[in-house]
This record gives sequence, C-alpha cells and structure tokens, in this order.
Amino acid sequence: MIRTPLRPLAHIIKARADGENPDAIERENLRRRHEETRDRLRVRAEGRLIVMVMVFFCAFSLVGARMGLLAASDTLVPRGTGEAQRISATRADITDRHGRILATNMETYSLYAHPRDMIEPIRAAKALMGIFPDLDEASIIEKFTGRSPFVWVKRRISPEQKQAVHDIGEPGLVFGPREMRLYPNGPIAAHILGGTSYGREDVRAAEIVGVAGIERAHNDVLRDPAMAGRSLTLSLDLSVQAATERVLAGGMSLMNAKGAAAIVMQCDTGEVLSMASLPDFDPNKRPRVAADVTQEDSPLFNRAVQGVYELGSVFKSLTIAQALDMGIVSPKTQVDIRGPLRWGRHTINDFLYHGTELSVEMVLVESSNIGTARLAQRIGISDHQRFLRDLGLFEPLSIELAEASQGRPRLPKNWSELSTMTISYGHGLSVTPLHLATSYATLCNGGTKVAPTLIKREISETGPRLLSLPAAMQTTAMMRQVVVHEKGTASMANVGGYAVAGKTGSADKYDAQKGGYHEDRVIATFASVFPADRPEYVLVVMLDEPAVHNGDEIKRTAGWTAVPVAAEIINRIAPMLVAPTPNGPRALARVSLTSR
Amino acid sequence: MRFVIHAVAFLVVIGLGFWAYHENYKTQAALAKTESLDLRISNAHTRLSVLRAEWAYLNRPDRLRNLVEMNYDRLELMPLNYRQFHDLDGARPLPYPAGRDIGVEQAVEVSRAETTP
Repeated sequence: MIRTPLRPLAHIIKARADGENPDAIERENLRRRHEETRDRLRVRAEGRLIVMVMVFFCAFSLVGARMGLLAASDTLVPRGTGEAQRISATRADITDRHGRILATNMETYSLYAHPRDMIEPIRAAKALMGIFPDLDEASIIEKFTGRSPFVWVKRRISPEQKQAVHDIGEPGLVFGPREMRLYPNGPIAAHILGGTSYGREDVRAAEIVGVAGIERAHNDVLRDPAMAGRSLTLSLDLSVQAATERVLAGGMSLMNAKGAAAIVMQCDTGEVLSMASLPDFDPNKRPRVAADVTQEDSPLFNRAVQGVYELGSVFKSLTIAQALDMGIVSPKTQVDIRGPLRWGRHTINDFLYHGTELSVEMVLVESSNIGTARLAQRIGISDHQRFLRDLGLFEPLSIELAEASQGRPRLPKNWSELSTMTISYGHGLSVTPLHLATSYATLCNGGTKVAPTLIKREISETGPRLLSLPAAMQTTAMMRQVVVHEKGTASMANVGGYAVAGKTGSADKYDAQKGGYHEDRVIATFASVFPADRPEYVLVVMLDEPAVHNGDEIKRTAGWTAVPVAAEIINRIAPMLVAPTPNGPRALARVSLTSR
Repeated sequence: MRFVIHAVAFLVVIGLGFWAYHENYKTQAALAKTESLDLRISNAHTRLSVLRAEWAYLNRPDRLRNLVEMNYDRLELMPLNYRQFHDLDGARPLPYPAGRDIGVEQAVEVSRAETTP
C-alpha cells in the first residue's frame, strides 16, 4: 500500500510561498490517515460481531430445538429388558368376553451350557439328571464333554428348578430369560385356543408362535407390537364354557360315547359363547400328533369345527322352514306319509309307523322321513340347493380357527332328486356341528344369515334375509312342539324356567372301510333354541357313538342320549345368560304375523 | 463506561457457562432417573402380568368348583338355577331391624318427597 507522506514537499513549498503554516498540512494529513484506519477497523469489528451472533444463534437454536423435541416426544412405556425385545415382540393376552384371562405370558428361564467353561462336566450332568429326570444322561454327558461350545439343556425351567441348578455351582451352566405362554384354565377351551410353540430362538429370547386354533389363526394380530399391553377379546364366556364342558364330559361318560361336541351361539350376532369338543387336551402341554392314531381319535381333533358328519333329522327343521317360506305349505297342511317311498331302486322308510297322513307340524314332531322327503320334492332341487348354499352349508366356515378350513362339507357327487330327498332329512350331506349351529341361528333370529365368530363383536350387523320372519317363527314354534308334544322326540328337553325348542337327529355312522352304514353306531345330535318365546341362543349337542342301557334295551337315538345332556347344559348355562320366563315356560304363543 | 460493559458481558458469559454446566448435569441426572424408572415400570409390568396370571390360575373354574365342593357344609353353594330368579313385583320389603339403633340423628324423610311431584 502506498502511504501518503505527511509533509509532501510540493505542498510545503507552496504553503511557505503563500505565507501559510506548513504544520497545518501535516495535521490535516494525519487526521485523514486516522480516519481511514478507524473505518477499516470498524468494518473488521462488524464482521466479527456478525460471526459471533451467528455462532450464538446457532448454539441457542440447537439447544432450543432439542428441548422442543424432548418436550414433544411421546412417552414410551417400557416393557421387558432391552436386548430381549429384538426377537420376542411380546404376545398379546387372550381374554374372554368379560375380560377373564384365557392365555397370557409368563417370564421363565431357559437353561443352556457352555461346555468349555465347565469344571466338572460329568458331575454337573449327573446332578442335572436329579433335577430333570426326563433328560437322557448319556447324551447330556456326551454333549458336555464334546467339542461344541454351546448346548441347550432345557428350553423352559421353573424358578425352583433354576435355584436347584444354581445349587450345582457349575459356572458352565447359564440361564437365559424366556417368555412362556400360559393357559391358566388348563384344558378349558383347549381346541379354541390351540397352542403355541417356539419359533426363532436364541439365548436371550424366543419367539412364541401359534400352532393351532386362534393362536395360529390370529398369530399376526397377537404379535402386532401395537397390541402390546392390550388383549384380544374373544366372544367366549368362560363360565358358560366351563359349565358346558363339565356337563358334556359327564354326559359323554354316562352315554358311553367316544366323543362329543357342543356349541352355544348367540343367534343375532353369530358370536360363539362356548364351543367344546371332547376328548380334549391341556394346551400348556399340547400333545404331539401320534402317527398310529387316526385324526378323528386324536384329542387334538376339534369335532365341532373339523368333524363333518351326516347329522340326520336335525335338517328337517331347515327343509320345513324353507317350505313354509316358499308358501308351499302351512303348519297345518296334511302331508301324505304312506311308505315306503320309492325313488328308482331306493326306498325311504320311517323309523316308526306314523299312519297315512300327518300335518307339517306333526311331520317335524314325529320326525317323519317320508313326509320331509315329500316336502323336499315339492321344493325342487335348485331351490333346495340354493337355500342350503345361502346358509353356508356347502363351504368351510370362515371362523377364526386354523382348523376351520378342514371342515369342508361333503356333498353328493351327482345331485339328483333322490339327493334332495335324503338331504332334506339329513342324509347325503355331511357338515360340521358348527355349520348346523349357524343354520339354526338363522331360524332363531328370525331368518337372517349369521357369520359365526369367536371374536367379541361391538356392533352386530344384520345379514341378508334367507327366510321370512313368519316362516322362521313358525318353525321355532313347531320345534317347541317337538319338546312339549306327547309324541315329540325331545321330551327330556322340557326343562324348568326356560322354553326350549329343538330337533333331534340320530344318523347311522358311515363305515368308510366296508362302505354302507354301521348298524350299531350313530351320531346323536340335538339342535335347540332357547328361550323359545324370545329366541336368543342356539345350543347344538352332538354325541359320537352313544349307547345307553334302558332295562334290557340299548338306546342310541338322540332323544335318549343327546337330549338329556343338552337339557342339563341348558339348566346350567341359561340362568347365566338370560332371565327365566316368569312362572315357568309356557307354550309359545301362536304366531299371527301376516306381513312378509 | 466501556470497561463496565465489558465487565458485565464477561460476567454474563461466565454466568451462562455456569448455568449451562449445571443444566447439563441436571439433564444427565434426569436421564439416569428416567432409565431407573423405566426399569421399575418394566419390572412392575412383569410383576403385574405374573399377578394377573396367578389370579387367573387361582380363579380357574376347575379349582373354584373343587373348593365349592370341599366347603359345601359351610357355604352350601349350588350352581345357578332358574328358581333363584324372582319377580320384583312379588318381592316383599325386608322388615326394618327393630330395636337396633343405627345412630342417625335428625333424619329427614326424603323417599316420600321424591315420589310426590
């Protein structure tokens, strides 16, 4: 930079010549120089100030933003301990409709070994045998002395066993935390809950996966992290379920049956309040599928949902309801029941002789096959098929159980008029007891279709109408006569306090090995609706091969087997569900509805 | 004057630094407390779920039924039956326990006041 001299010679000489003071020039120049310096410094200081302001602004913004974030963030409810969360997203509880726990989780421990850290592997193995007698000593010793750095000993141990293992004092035995699925009610509702097993596992945690029942069907819902702390509410009522299972088990042993099933369904919503299948099992110790036992004999088999049976005369109510709905007959119309009824090479007979003519009502009360077959002929093949298809009897039910898809109804290969005639009284079409309960729910709720469910419904939607209200109510009234009429087949279901309406069915079992039907093995079913004066619930009871001694006679028909069991179930569960009719049950008031 | 401003600014900076230092430690203490609370909450959750499971296990229908049967002599509990239901119309009001002072003074009769419009 070129500095201006303070006393430039030319200016001095000129000033002297003019008689001015040359010092003034020097002062003026000095002043200018100072001003320049000051301006430069101010610019620099301002720059520094701006930088400082920026730095402070950034720093305070950062602190402010962090505070804002902390204040605005959601509070996380901590569950479990950090590491374990990576595998086992906790599984939601399952409760009944009143919030009573059906399945929950417990923290337990797993036991594994690091053989390299073991001091006395053989002593440890022997001591472990004292705690877990089911272990194989030879294989444990082999594993402990082998080369593997890691050995599973037990996947699940109790706190007492953990303490006992601690007492061995072997540093190579290590515990890991582990969640366990617990069914506190034991075998109650076993087939519905199904069971769980472990999926991916490591020493810190293991994933619980549903293997059957609702645990498998709703596996994704139960494992959804959004469900943490909440529970899956089923439509089941634990008290009703327990009472049903108890009575059914008693009835099954009294009637010498090899299996039994019962379903209680709310007929407006299709909610299943109770579903039992015997023999059952404990889902806490779910048995393995035995190879030498047929599926039907396994306790894991859910007769209510997986078992397809020809259910017999219980279908007559459906046929008659359809005939009433189509306006072909009224309850008092007389039907020709002279037998045997011939169709091609086949004949249809009645179990007992009922005369030559019966009213439609008495066809149901006395359970006449010929009468029902004649009605089916008048309904016609296509209308009959359409009605059964609308009821959902041709497809597996879409209930929330993993096994539901196995309950595929068996239809005749060629549906002839004979098929329609036999199916009208329950032979030739095999369905599950749950299919039957769903169909009876339609009769019970005034004629609308229901979809069975195991999940509690908050709001009920009315399904499409399959029967007119008068037809459904007239059928229920006729089913009441099956119970109260002196010739009815279900007189034992006339219990106190509640009007029960229902229909029995006793069907010979099909012999798959020989072809044809067994003579001494039946499926006895009672499908009922209660209270009949304001129908709310459907109960279906099915006994597999019952036989009861009455004097010298062996009785197998539903009226002697399934009906008394159903009556006792209603005695036990109805007071829990609905108030009894004042002054005992009375005959259903005559239906006088005329509009459709 | 300038000195005073500088001194005040300096003191303010020192003060802010001191404040920030304390805030930092308070934050760390709060975080540590949160962590220990988290652990306690998580332990409480575990304990709660164990207690709930135990409650459900102790109240399982099988056990209650056995207890009812064992204690039948004292409790005389029976399954619910339709005969236990009665109409409200037929219900008689229970007689007022006579001769028993229940310790109410200066009572005001309200039931009649409510029924009269």
